[in-house]
Amino acid sequence: MANEEGGTGLVPADASVSHGRDVSAGTAVVQRDLAQNPGLPPHRPRTTDLDPKADKRSERGVSLLFYLSIVGSIGAIVSYFALPIVPDDPASVRLNTLFIGLSIALALLSIGIGAVHWGKALMADHEGIDIRHPTRGTDATRERAVEIFREADQESGFNRRKLLRNSLFGAFIAFPLPAIFLFRDLAPADNDPAELLRHTMWEEGVRLTRDPEGTPIKASDVTLGSAFHVIPEGLNETEHKLEEKAKAAVLLMRLKPEDLNVSPGREDWNYQGIVAYSKICTHVGCPVALYEQQTHHLLCPCHQSQFDIKNEAEVIFGPAKRPLPQLPITIDADGYLVARRDFTEPVGPSFWERGEYEQ
Amino acid sequence: MATARKTDARRFRIKSANAARRTRSPRAARRSPLATVALIAIGLLFTGGAYAAFNASSSDSGAVAASQESVERGEKLFAANCATCHGLALQGTEAGPTLIGVGAAAVDFQVGTGRMPLQNQSPQAPVKPVQFTDSDVDALAAYVSSISPGPSVPDSEYLDAAGDATRGAELFRINCAMCHNVAGAGGALTEGKYAPALTGVTEKHIYEAMLTGPQNMPVFNDANLTPEDKRDIITSLKYLENNPSPGGFELGSLGPVAEGLFAWIFGLGAIIALAVWLTARAN
Repeated sequence: MANEEGGTGLVPADASVSHGRDVSAGTAVVQRDLAQNPGLPPHRPRTTDLDPKADKRSERGVSLLFYLSIVGSIGAIVSYFALPIVPDDPASVRLNTLFIGLSIALALLSIGIGAVHWGKALMADHEGIDIRHPTRGTDATRERAVEIFREADQESGFNRRKLLRNSLFGAFIAFPLPAIFLFRDLAPADNDPAELLRHTMWEEGVRLTRDPEGTPIKASDVTLGSAFHVIPEGLNETEHKLEEKAKAAVLLMRLKPEDLNVSPGREDWNYQGIVAYSKICTHVGCPVALYEQQTHHLLCPCHQSQFDIKNEAEVIFGPAKRPLPQLPITIDADGYLVARRDFTEPVGPSFWERGEYEQ
Repeated sequence: MATARKTDARRFRIKSANAARRTRSPRAARRSPLATVALIAIGLLFTGGAYAAFNASSSDSGAVAASQESVERGEKLFAANCATCHGLALQGTEAGPTLIGVGAAAVDFQVGTGRMPLQNQSPQAPVKPVQFTDSDVDALAAYVSSISPGPSVPDSEYLDAAGDATRGAELFRINCAMCHNVAGAGGALTEGKYAPALTGVTEKHIYEAMLTGPQNMPVFNDANLTPEDKRDIITSLKYLENNPSPGGFELGSLGPVAEGLFAWIFGLGAIIALAVWLTARAN
C-alpha cells in the first residue's frame, strides 16, 4: 500500500502508526523506516522486594535518618544556648554560626535523604504510563468561548463606543510614565546633576590634607617615592562627606622634576616634582591608588587600567580612555600644599553631558 | 648544662655496658662504639654553640653602639656580598640602585627578610631564607648608615602591636589595602610585580617597609604616617593574624575568585551528585 505512493520513502503518519486515542495526525508524515518504540525495559525487582531482611534494613535506615534529623534540630537549639555570640569576640560568632548551621543542615538533609530513600527503596515499584491528553478542546467548548467574547463585547460596547475604548488605551499608556520620571530622584533634586559632577570641592587656596584626619601637608613632608592619600581641607565637616570624597579624592606623589614630561600650559601645575592626580578612574570610577614608585605607574585594581604619572597620567594599558585629571597645586605662605583651582575637566567616568565641559 | 648532663649519661652507659655485657641483649652491646661517635659530635656541637653564643652576645652590644668594629665588619661583608651590584662606594651600578641615604632600616628589611642578596634579576625580589646571621645584618646596616645617614631601625616601643587596632585598620584601608588586600593577603601588580602577603611578617619588618618603601612600594615617611600611626597599622595587622575570621573559612582572603571557584566546584558538584542519585534506579 505504502509502496504505491512512489519512492519518496514517506507515508502519511496515520497510515501505519496508531496514536492510541482518536487523535488525528493531521498532515504530519513519518519516515517509513521509523524505529519502533522498544517499550519499557523488563521489570527488575529491587533487593527490598525480594529479600524481607533488606526491606527491614532499608526501613531502619530511613527511620534512623529521621531520628538524625531530630538530633540535628535539637542540636541547633542546644548550640544556640551553648555557644552564644560574645560581643568583641569574632571566634564566638564563628562557632555559633558554624554549629547552628551544621545542625540545621543535618536536620533538613536527613529528612530529604530519608524521604528519597523511602521512595526509591520501599514504596511500591511498578512502571505505569500516563498518556498525554489532547490539548485541543471539543468543538462545542471552542464555539462557546468565542460566543462569550462576542457577548462581552456587545454588552460592554467595547468596539461600539470608540471614544470610551480609545481613552482607556490612552490611560494605560500614560500610567507607567510616572515610574520613568521617578528615576530623576536618583540625582540630587535642587542641583543640576551634570553641574554637580563637573565640580569638586577643590578651588583656589584649598589645602591638601591627609585622609582621614584632614591634617595639612607641607611640601617638605612629601619625600621622593612617597604617596599621600589626600582629601580637601574641610571635607570632614561637609554634610555629604562621602559624595564629596568620591569626587575630590586625590593621590599625591613626588617624582624627580626631570622625570616629569610636562605639556605646555601645565608648567605650574606641579610643585618641585610634587604632582596630584584624581584617584577616580576615568573608566568606571574605581579608586586608582596602586602606585609603583619605581616605574611611576598607577594601576586600577578593577580592570587593570594603567596610567603613567611621568606622562601626565597617560593611559598605557587597559580599558580607560582618558588620562586621570591633574589637580594644579602650589604652596601657600606657610609652606602647605594648596590647590590652584578645581580640576579643569570632570573627574571620573563619562556621563551624558560631559562633552559640554571639555576644554 | 643539658648537654653536659647528657654526656655524663653517655659515659655512664659505656661503663655500665662493659660491666653488664653478659646480662644485656646483643643490641645494647653493639651501641657502645656508636657512643664514642656521639660523644665527639656532642662535644663539637657544644664548643660550636658556645662560640656562637659568645660571638652573638659580643656583637649585639657592638651593634647598639654602631661601634667602629661593627662598621668595619659590615664593610667587609658589603664588599664581599653587595658591592657587585650596589658599587663599592654604595653609588649603585646598572645592576642595582644606589644605597646612599637608604639607612639602616632598608638594609635590615632587605637583608633581614632574605630579599637581598638578590637571587637573580627579576621583576621583584622574592622573600627567601635569610642569608646572614642577625649580627651580620646589623653590621651591614651599621656600615651603610655610616656612609650616609637614613631611616634607622625602629624603636621597639612602636613594635609592641598594642596600639589602636580600629584606627590602624582605617589607615590600612586608606593607605595599604589597595595593593596588599583588605585582609593583608597580598595582590598582583603589573608585569610580574606583586604586593606580598603580610601575614607572618614581623612587626619590625612591616615598620621598616612603610618607612623605606622597598622596591615598588611607596614610602610612608613619619610625616605621612607618624610612628604612632605605623604602630596602629601593625596592631591591626597582628589582630587580623591572631584572631580567627568570624566568617569561617577564609579561602586565602582572596575574595570573589577563590569563593566563586569553591562554590562552583563544591556547590555545583554536590547538586550534580544529588541529581544523579535521585534519578538512579534503586537496586
